[in-house]
Amino acid sequence: MRIRIRHETTYRYAEPPRTAVQHLRLTPRNHDGQHVVDWRIDVDRDCRLVQSEDAFGNTLHRFSVDGPLESISTVVEGEVTTFDMAGVVSGAVERFPPVLFMRDTPLTTPSAAICDFARETTSKESGTLSKLHALLGAIHESLTFDAAATHSATTAAECFEHRKGVCQDFSHLFIACARGIGAPARYVSGYFLGSDDEDQVAGHAWAEAYVEDLGWVAFDPTHGVAPQENHVRVAVALDYLGAAPIRGAHSGGGGETLDVKVRVARAAAFSQSQSQSQ
Amino acid sequence: MDSRITQFDELAGADGRTRAPYRKLSQWLAETPPELLASRREQAELLFRRIGITFAVYGAQEATERLIPFDILPRILARSEWATLEKGLIQRVTALNAFLADIYGAGEILRAGIVPADLVYRNPAYCPDMAGRRVPFDIYVHIAGVDIVRTDDQGFFVLEDNARTPSGVSYMLENREVMMRLFPELFALHRVAPIENYPDELLGTLRSVAPPRANGDPTVVLMTPGQYNSAFYEHSFLADKLGVELVEGRDLFVRDDVVYMRTTEGPRRVDVIYRRIDDDFLDPLCFRPDSALGVAGLMGAYQAGNVTLANAVGAGAADDKAMYTYMPDIIKFYLGEAPLLQNVPTFRCREQEALAYVLDHLDELVVKEVNGSGGYGMLVGPHATRAQIEEFRAKLKAHPQNFIAQPTLALSTCPIAMASGVAPRHVDLRPFVLQGANGARVVPGGLTRVAMTEKSLVVNSSQGGGTKDTWVIDDAWSAEEAMGQA
Repeated sequence: MRIRIRHETTYRYAEPPRTAVQHLRLTPRNHDGQHVVDWRIDVDRDCRLVQSEDAFGNTLHRFSVDGPLESISTVVEGEVTTFDMAGVVSGAVERFPPVLFMRDTPLTTPSAAICDFARETTSKESGTLSKLHALLGAIHESLTFDAAATHSATTAAECFEHRKGVCQDFSHLFIACARGIGAPARYVSGYFLGSDDEDQVAGHAWAEAYVEDLGWVAFDPTHGVAPQENHVRVAVALDYLGAAPIRGAHSGGGGETLDVKVRVARAAAFSQSQSQSQ
Repeated sequence: MDSRITQFDELAGADGRTRAPYRKLSQWLAETPPELLASRREQAELLFRRIGITFAVYGAQEATERLIPFDILPRILARSEWATLEKGLIQRVTALNAFLADIYGAGEILRAGIVPADLVYRNPAYCPDMAGRRVPFDIYVHIAGVDIVRTDDQGFFVLEDNARTPSGVSYMLENREVMMRLFPELFALHRVAPIENYPDELLGTLRSVAPPRANGDPTVVLMTPGQYNSAFYEHSFLADKLGVELVEGRDLFVRDDVVYMRTTEGPRRVDVIYRRIDDDFLDPLCFRPDSALGVAGLMGAYQAGNVTLANAVGAGAADDKAMYTYMPDIIKFYLGEAPLLQNVPTFRCREQEALAYVLDHLDELVVKEVNGSGGYGMLVGPHATRAQIEEFRAKLKAHPQNFIAQPTLALSTCPIAMASGVAPRHVDLRPFVLQGANGARVVPGGLTRVAMTEKSLVVNSSQGGGTKDTWVIDDAWSAEEAMGQA
């Protein structure tokens, strides 16, 4: 499937900062399940965008700008072709053995309640894959999507206590549970093609867990599905912090507000008209 | 100290005959009236108060600033003893460094199955951001503090490696200064190896690892988390001795992968940062986003090779107490040599059999948390209450991989001068090993830490331990003895 994405992030400041620096993880890479057709990244300030690769092989862009800055706006736009791999992620950049993804992080450390939940949910299943699917279903069932309930620093344990959250929280909980039952797991940030055409207020997040003999398998606990063709994978890490689309800091100024517009649509109309003209 | 075990006193020896390095001190003590010792103790206290050497204690009810107890009697090592120790320390730190270069590089020791991969990759101190990166001159551990104990006059044991930001060197230097003022007559009696050159050696080490663009004239700074850090005194003391700027994160900024320091004359480029701040707080864009102590973009500059951090980010992956147990194998693997300094025999509680043994012998063992430091989260079996033992039993059962256990060592003792007279107390030693592009070295001596309470084995300053000056003296007596026999 061809998916077209436009993602605009604007930081506005009530009091303009002197300088700002940002790290962007906004550029997808190829793997067997996706091919990046074209992709561009634009920052509306004069700056040198330095491209590198982070610890996990994600494409990282960094820049620093001098103020006074009333706002910084970053737009990424491009097209990606996806293929249904039944959730299995192969051919991706792997910098570490799976065991690294057994590390707990402050955002994903399982509480006693999470450990119990993970154990009870998976006790009747045999085999890692079916245990992970049981977790996927159970987390999707027991959590309510609520954008007002959590924030970007909410931990898996806090989210589990309230049983509410957004895709980031669903994913952290899944990761905590998976690691809790001995399966290496990691956080994925990316884009999701929904059934409607409406603008989204954020990118999407899901998780991958490592299954012996299969490799990394994707799970989307927010939608309760294994990603097929509707997910575009951008960055992976131990948790949200490592894969966050934008991490920034500024000196001076304040009163920061954030505005995000994400548009994910099938590029079908485009490709159809092309095929008709041939 | 377990009374069942015979203890080794560094002055009296095993047989009660004064050991050679202590002969002159012992004689001097015998001839010195107790009133003189008492007055020198008071003078020492006054001097330290005037210097203002204090440290903060974490977890204390009120944020207290304390004077570390200082004992006026020197701890003495013979040059020949020191030579063995020095060789062993350099060997150990060389191996620690090779290990770090390997786990952040090719990972050969993991593939060879010498160290379990999960122990490295799941170690919170292992920093994924450092994987596949080179650091200048492949040096990760520029400054190491290796904690050494002895149980007899044969060899030395390593109790712990500190490869992150070991502290205490300011006490080593201050203790010597105070001692030279208090006891000129004792210094006249002995040929004590100097340690005053430590700041020069440290600066030389830091300058040697500067990025090439500094053209041999690098700007070095010392970065502190600030005045609320327990070791702030040391940070300002060292910056002063080194003649470099003491900076906090807010004094630095990064522009296009270059680190600058704000000065009254405008931004000045920084080449080497001796950072006394933990990895987690270095850069809010890479590590803890809530860190107000770090510098946004610092890791980018570091990875671009525009600034050198000492010690390297992620160096803590080598000094973990679980990794400690593999040190003899690590030394053999990289250097092809047998370790010169012994490890204390250690049970890895992650291993089933070891755990079972430890749980059965909690009242005899010292149990340590793998990632704990400074004597926090530690059980000293022979001195623990039943409740403390049970508490640790529960912790061990829940997370065995977080603990190691060691037999209670009969740590050596040294005499200390108290109001009631001279009495032996347990000691350890933290020498400071420097490693730069210009080689590795150790100033002769280190910080001797002493448990001020009778029979106590915990020497950490956070737990009421004190310090002593440490002397490495020429083995002149051997010549004298030889002459006497002739």
